[in-house]
Amino acid sequence: MKKELNFEDAMKKLEEIATELEKNDLDLDTSVTKFEEGMKLSKECSKMLEEAEKKISILIKDGDTITEEDFE
Amino acid sequence: MILGTVSVFERDGIYQIYCKAMQEDGMGSLYTAYEELKNKLEKEGLFDVKYKKQIPKMPRCIGVLTSNTGSVIRDIINVSTRRNPNCYIKLLPVPVQGKGAAEKIVEAIEIMNKNKLVDVIILARGGGSLEDLWPFNEEIVAHAIFNSELPIISAVGHETDFTIADFVADLRAPTPSAAAELAVPNIADIMLELEKYNNRFKNSLKKKIELMRLRYEKCMTNRVFKEPLQKINERYILIDMKVKQIQNSINNKLKDNKTQMVELITKLDTLSPLKTLARGYCLTEKYGRIVNSVTKIKKDDELELRFKDGSANVKVI
Repeated sequence: MKKELNFEDAMKKLEEIATELEKNDLDLDTSVTKFEEGMKLSKECSKMLEEAEKKISILIKDGDTITEEDFE
Repeated sequence: MILGTVSVFERDGIYQIYCKAMQEDGMGSLYTAYEELKNKLEKEGLFDVKYKKQIPKMPRCIGVLTSNTGSVIRDIINVSTRRNPNCYIKLLPVPVQGKGAAEKIVEAIEIMNKNKLVDVIILARGGGSLEDLWPFNEEIVAHAIFNSELPIISAVGHETDFTIADFVADLRAPTPSAAAELAVPNIADIMLELEKYNNRFKNSLKKKIELMRLRYEKCMTNRVFKEPLQKINERYILIDMKVKQIQNSINNKLKDNKTQMVELITKLDTLSPLKTLARGYCLTEKYGRIVNSVTKIKKDDELELRFKDGSANVKVI
C-alpha cells in the first residue's frame, strides 16, 4: 500500500522548500530540483483534498465488533 | 439550607425548626461535588497544559461522540461539510445525560482509541442544567479523556458552561459548532495556502533565473563578446598603415629618382652637340673621331660632316 501523505509533514516540508528557495544561495540546478519537488508535493496535497470523499457514517457496536453504516 | 416549618414555644419564647430537608449552603451539592472533583483532578495534573495533545491540522476522519438525535450532530455535520465538503465523519452515538451515560461515554472513547478509528474526537452535548451536564463532570469520564491517545475536543453545553470534561480535553470549544470549526480545516483556506506556496516557488525560481540572466548579460557586454572582431580590425588597420607607409616610401623614392633623371636628362640635353648642330654648325669626324683642330687634317683626308639632319662625306683639297 502506498504510504499515505501526512498533511502536517507535507505542509512543513513546503515551508522548508519555500524558505530554502527564497534564500537565493542555491545554484540553478538545485533550485530547479527544489522547485519541482515543491510543486509536486503541493500538487499531491491538493489532490488529497480534492479526492477525499464526503462520508458521514455511524458506528454501531455489536458486542466486540464495530460496524460502520451511512448515517444520512 | 434547611427546608422545614418553624414553631414558637410560647412559655420560653423559643423558636423551633422542624427540618424536612437539609443541604449545604452555597451552590448546592452537585456544585460542591463539581468543585471538589475539579480541585482534586487539578492537583493530580489532569488539566496540565503539558499533557494537551495537538489537534491535527488536516484530520482525515473526525469522530463525534454525542447523541445521534438532536441538533448537536446536525450542527457538527453542517459546519464540517461547509468547511470541507469532502470531510469524513464517524458518529459513535452515546447517551449524553442520565444514569449510565458516563460509562457509555468512557466506553466510546476507549473504542475509538482501541481501533484508532479517527484522527480527532469531538465530545459534544447541547446546553442543559448542571444535572443534565453531569456525566461530563464524572471522574471516570475525566480519566478516559486524559488517557485518550487521540486528541479530544470538548463542546459541552453553552459557551458559559464549563464541565470537568472541558478542562481535561485537549481543546475546549464553546459550542458543538465551534468544535466542528476547530476540528475541520476550511478547505478553501488550505487551498489558498497551497496556492501561496506554489507562487512562492514560482517567484523564487523566476527571480533566480532573472539573476542568472543579468549575470549572463553583464558577461556579454564585455568587449570580447560584444565585438569579437575589434582586436582583429585594429590589427588590420595597423597592417594597412604599414603597407601605406611602405607604398609611400617607394613612391617617394621613385619620384626622387624621376626628378633626378629629368634633371640629368635636361643637363644632358643642354650639353648635347645636336643642339649646336641645330643652330647651323656641323661636326667633322675623321674615321669616327671628332676633328677639333685643323692640324688634325691634311690633304686628301676623307671626312664626314654631320649636320642636324644628316651627314655627308667630303675630301680635303
